[in-house]
Amino acid sequence: MAEYKWPEPAQRSLIGKRISRLDGPDKVSGRAKYTYDVARPGLLHGKVLRSPHAHAKVVSVDTSAAEAMPGVKAVLVIQGPGTEIKWAGDEIAAVAAVDEPTAEDAARAIKVQYEKLPHVVDDYDVKAAGANAKPLAEQAQGEPDKAFQEAEVVSEGEYGSTVMTHCCLESHGAISEWEGEKNLLVHISTQNVSGIAGQMAGPLGIPAGDIRVKMDHVGGGFGSKFGPDRWTIVAAQLSKKAGGAPVKIMLERDAEQSIAGTRPSAYGRVKLGAKKDGTITAWHSETWGSGGVGGGGRPPLPYVLEVPNRRSLHTPISTNVGSARAWRAPNHPQAAVLTFCAFEDLAAKLGRDPYDLLMQNIAMTGVRSNIYKEELEVASDLMGWKKGWHPRGDKTAGPVKRGLGLSIHTWGGRGHDSAGDLTLQPDGSVELKMGTQDLGTGTRTAITIVVADTLGLPMEAVRLKIGDNQYPASGGSGGSTTIGGVSAAARRGSLDLLDQLFAKVAPSLGVEPTALEAVGGRVRVKGDPGKSLSWAEAAGKLGGIPLTVRGTNPGPGDLINAGVGGVQMADVSVDTETGRVRVNKLVAVQDCGLVIDLKTAESQCYGALIMGVSYALYEEKVMDPISGRMLNPNMEFYKIAGIADIGELVVRMMTGKGYDERGVVGLGEPPVISPGASISNAVANAIGVRVPHIPLTPRRVLAALEARRA
Amino acid sequence: MKDDGGRRTGESLSRRTFLKTTGVPLAAAPVLLRPRIVRAAGDGVEVYGPGKTTFTLSVNGQPRQVEVQPRVTLLEALRHDLDVTGAKRVCDRGTCGACTMLLDGKPVYSCSILAIQARGKKVTTVESLAGQGALHPLQQAFVDNDGQQCGFCTPGFVMACKALLDKHPDPSADDIKRGLGGNLCRCGTYVGVRAAVMQTAKGGHRG
Repeated sequence: MAEYKWPEPAQRSLIGKRISRLDGPDKVSGRAKYTYDVARPGLLHGKVLRSPHAHAKVVSVDTSAAEAMPGVKAVLVIQGPGTEIKWAGDEIAAVAAVDEPTAEDAARAIKVQYEKLPHVVDDYDVKAAGANAKPLAEQAQGEPDKAFQEAEVVSEGEYGSTVMTHCCLESHGAISEWEGEKNLLVHISTQNVSGIAGQMAGPLGIPAGDIRVKMDHVGGGFGSKFGPDRWTIVAAQLSKKAGGAPVKIMLERDAEQSIAGTRPSAYGRVKLGAKKDGTITAWHSETWGSGGVGGGGRPPLPYVLEVPNRRSLHTPISTNVGSARAWRAPNHPQAAVLTFCAFEDLAAKLGRDPYDLLMQNIAMTGVRSNIYKEELEVASDLMGWKKGWHPRGDKTAGPVKRGLGLSIHTWGGRGHDSAGDLTLQPDGSVELKMGTQDLGTGTRTAITIVVADTLGLPMEAVRLKIGDNQYPASGGSGGSTTIGGVSAAARRGSLDLLDQLFAKVAPSLGVEPTALEAVGGRVRVKGDPGKSLSWAEAAGKLGGIPLTVRGTNPGPGDLINAGVGGVQMADVSVDTETGRVRVNKLVAVQDCGLVIDLKTAESQCYGALIMGVSYALYEEKVMDPISGRMLNPNMEFYKIAGIADIGELVVRMMTGKGYDERGVVGLGEPPVISPGASISNAVANAIGVRVPHIPLTPRRVLAALEARRA
Repeated sequence: MKDDGGRRTGESLSRRTFLKTTGVPLAAAPVLLRPRIVRAAGDGVEVYGPGKTTFTLSVNGQPRQVEVQPRVTLLEALRHDLDVTGAKRVCDRGTCGACTMLLDGKPVYSCSILAIQARGKKVTTVESLAGQGALHPLQQAFVDNDGQQCGFCTPGFVMACKALLDKHPDPSADDIKRGLGGNLCRCGTYVGVRAAVMQTAKGGHRG
């Protein structure tokens, strides 16, 4: 029976090293095929006609002109007369045609009459939202009222973050085709290869087992691609109408930006109470926000800091806007802004360096306070915090002011359920099949590292197949759950495979199976490496038939864990004449237990910092109150950070003793949580006034400076 | 409408000969192989479509025939008609650079150029860089420095970097910001991309 644990540091041939991602060569050469690239014989192009109104009733839909157009193969009414439409961009009808221009013409030729109804798209004005704003139950602990009465210093302010979108570069969509009457083949851009068929079966009225789902590569998801979405069901229905021909529906950019998911806004008034010596005693927050028609999540408040006496009130607002979806670390970036902006304002009121104040109150971070303490020290060194920090308001001459800010965060990231079939052929070749997906996070590379390290083989010797729901099921890639799930399943399967292989090989080496180890491409006797077989020779002992074992998570042994810390610091310059914020430097210090591939782990952090600069400074879904539509459903006015915007980025992964033995913990979410708060704090430190909401656009920065002057 | 004998671009027949020899009615035909000439603002103007037009593109050194409506972009003609899918359509309006390729050696947003405008010009896409089994040094530098995550923007970035290094073999930080400022990445690979450019420059990038 194998012992299910990770190898000791000295025994790791690949785990924890800096290894280039395996699919890099395919991606840099254009060979990597995304759903958007999949060519199918007889492909038809589908287009969806969307509601221009945020709230309306469909009165009539006339598809006759579209149906009469040459080249149009199928037309479908999705939401017909009588349907209430609750957001602009919702699906009304769809067509499939021989080419894209024809499909566009046909969709445009569909005539729809609407009865317009009043709409609400404002996510900030709680009063105006009326019945659409429904307060949630109060969350409280300790005696907040008494604690505020006794507090020697109270800091109060407004903070928040606006609605933003996922802006996946590969838009949502799929190609669906019928193979005969019963079987559906779906190529889909998804974070959830194993979970799509089950969600399509009901709407299509066929067994999930008859739906084949495939995907090699996905051009971004960030939490927005777990379901098939209505347009993928529609593609399958159009395909059926068109005799089973493949129908491709990928969202146009405006639809991608408007309706394929948002991160909810969260605004709030926050009050913090403390003793004169800096001990934080009390928290009170009244927050609200919206992610669209479904309301929006509740930020966990106060964030990370377990203030002993606390009360949090939250009111989600339902608006006539396409719904929110999980956005990388749902609710945490908002909570970090609400908490750590308030925290630094308290520090300013106390006349304290926030670094010192956080260290003083570090016990409030709970079970991981030692990790936070260590990470704060490392971050401070990397940033030069003690040298660069100054009391609020850069007093140097000139319009450009410089400042530092910080934030901390946490995330769970326990590995999801995962399974993989690992096969050893009698010729020694090794193949693992797993129904997971690689979002660009390096999942392929990490799985291969684990199998190769465990079997004592080079990575080239392991063939990995993912992205197909015919393989053993693996969870959706969300919540930083993938790395724990797939690495533990791969490790267990590999250890079990060795167990069975050793049992077959041991007699020929004249030892017990437990005396064997697999190292450097050989199966050898521990302590007597001269007694060995090459890997291929060992596989030859299988008796001519392949050996397949299934590795799973969960399973025996403590291979994974949950819960990480993370500290970030920002250095910015603010032009007080133009309001422009420039990031000079960001530092991210991050733990995630045992790191499988240091190179791709660091890339996750760099990417998160860049996405963080983007949402802290630029990204905002702007809704038009009059038309109820998104005003910037594109990429020139929905701004994301470019290569000139990012400044110097410093990433330090916390590894080694104290970290590795925790096992594998997810990393995708945590580093994206703190940039909003740390950058906002740096701006406040620079200009001496709080800009309440992110993104910190010139307009908001100038308004905050103006408000101080007024 | 009449042919006034203006200059031609990239067609084997002159417009006069074309009109004389074919006698094609000047109304739109389902597949129009040659342009109509209409007189506009005192000049003869070639008019294609709205039906499909057949013409040849030079793609990665190979002549490739396409049959598309004149409104079809260079990007879509390559992707749909020729299955050259490295370049991606993302913003579809000249903002993000995911569709970057070279036209006569210069980087262009292929989503914002009609296929028909690329006649007679050399189209170079990401697919042309890697030789048999070996990556171009720039591509290898992307892999070495993890200049790609999901990889959807990567082909466009590789071509933008190629154009940058062709123009500035030893680029400064400002050259990189300017040269790559027209390409956007959502996963946040800029640190790797920056390092890839520097590595390639140090290795003596020469085309």
